[in-house]
Amino acid sequence: MCDDIEAEFEGGKVKRTMNLCRKGRAHYDSLSIDRLTPAVGGSEVRGEEAVTAAGELLAGAECPLLLGFGRSTLEAQKLGIELAKKLGSVIDDPTSRQGLIMERILKGEVPTCTFDDVRNYADVSIYWGDDPSSSHPRHLSRFSYFPRGEKRQRGYEEDREAIVIDVRRSPTATIAADGFFQVSPGGDAAFAEALLAALGGKIPKVEDKKRMLNLATKLRKAKFGAIFTGPGLADAQDGDLGWFFSLVARLNEFTRFSVIPSLPDYNTRGLHQSLFDVAGAVSPVSFEDGIASGPKFGVTGLLESFDAVLVVGSDPVANLPAPLARKLARIPMVAVGTHRNLTTDAASVTVPTAMAGLEAGGSALRSDGVRVDLEAQVKSDRPTDLQIVEMLMEVV
Amino acid sequence: MISIMDVYQLLPKTNCKKCGFPTCMAFAVELLGKRKAIEDCPPLVEEPKYEKKLAGLRELMAPLLSTEATETGMVIHPERCYGCGNCVVACPVNVASDPKGTAIGRGPVSGKAILMVEDGVVKCVNVDQCRRFGPEKVLCNACIVTCPSKAIEFI
Repeated sequence: MCDDIEAEFEGGKVKRTMNLCRKGRAHYDSLSIDRLTPAVGGSEVRGEEAVTAAGELLAGAECPLLLGFGRSTLEAQKLGIELAKKLGSVIDDPTSRQGLIMERILKGEVPTCTFDDVRNYADVSIYWGDDPSSSHPRHLSRFSYFPRGEKRQRGYEEDREAIVIDVRRSPTATIAADGFFQVSPGGDAAFAEALLAALGGKIPKVEDKKRMLNLATKLRKAKFGAIFTGPGLADAQDGDLGWFFSLVARLNEFTRFSVIPSLPDYNTRGLHQSLFDVAGAVSPVSFEDGIASGPKFGVTGLLESFDAVLVVGSDPVANLPAPLARKLARIPMVAVGTHRNLTTDAASVTVPTAMAGLEAGGSALRSDGVRVDLEAQVKSDRPTDLQIVEMLMEVV
Repeated sequence: MISIMDVYQLLPKTNCKKCGFPTCMAFAVELLGKRKAIEDCPPLVEEPKYEKKLAGLRELMAPLLSTEATETGMVIHPERCYGCGNCVVACPVNVASDPKGTAIGRGPVSGKAILMVEDGVVKCVNVDQCRRFGPEKVLCNACIVTCPSKAIEFI
């Protein structure tokens, strides 16, 4: 998303950065902090030995699970899917909870657009269960609310409207001020129902009827709307999102409302796209017996039946609910990644890789589907994700 | 932000004119505009009965007179800032002087920007371009209202 970064490096470390937010700066600083070392069974080994041990562990497993790939380049993801096919395993990315929305977008059933379209044309931005001010700090300033665009020359005060629907007053909600609508946890569907009623000219069954009718009028009069969905929306109503899709369809009867999910990792969209190209569905996808997909195949459904796990560039032990994480930590695990984390601590084999975009090149898909080419900025002797997966393919 | 009434309440309120201004309120305006110093009010400094008021006034004015604040009175709290750049993009001066950079959401490219994000934290440069600079200042607050973490304030 940040395509205007300027950075000065000195001796493999970052010296000065411009236009990077604090999160981005920390990412750059992490070049020399807490990097992963190759290890087997807790003792340090050479990189090749760790890869061989990882390959043997995976090849010896009856039912392996591949997790992560959200922080890998497109090339590594495609090869990762080939590896999953070869192993007859399941591939899943538990950090991305917006698979269902993404699948509909990739199928073309839900309209979407690019961030540049949002900047140029959108006059209404809805953030639903999403707090980009915290998760993607430059989201609002780079594209979705503050900048001026082709048809939005007068700035955010006059030309744009931010609407935040969330269970708490997040930093994004503070910016939206009057556009903040608080829902109770699990109350998203009821809110959508009331909004649908208000859009249809009926009196909504909510406390503040006037405010809801005003919102409906605002949405009806919008020229170009963008809806940014976050994990708060994806997890609402236990992942049953029929109500959301009907609301989007209804809004599109008035004007174009595009949906862009806010995704956790830099290339989560790439993984979704790559899996969709192969399997016609997004994660989790099982290659065990032909190609099948659905939540039941993923880490939440089948965890006990897996006898080996390969984690690539992710930290599921920290992200999953505690009971699942505890179970996962007991399974023999290979962790491929850039930095030390809870998952690498729990893994029996760890394989370090280079940081894409800093130490290695490659390509990725932004969360709106625009392809971004990454270039290496500093030299590193660590192999890339792609090289590791290539080596694993050979060993397996 | 320091209010003029807060400053006035801590002055002698006798309108003695020893400072050269007709009223204590006029002196408060000058004090807040940094055109006069606290020491320019002789009774406040010399008479022991105003000791408490003097201490209070020095405490009130401390942030304004410290080197931390820019000439426009802007104080940036780097520990609160997370570098989102909302202020950089919303600043009307930045937008007017940098149509290919901050106006469209990018980092500043023209070299005339007032605010920029360096090392993950916002930084104030070219203070003389700010609408709040100088005697004819406009009380613009674009950078404050757009900040999600209240990292910028004017004193």
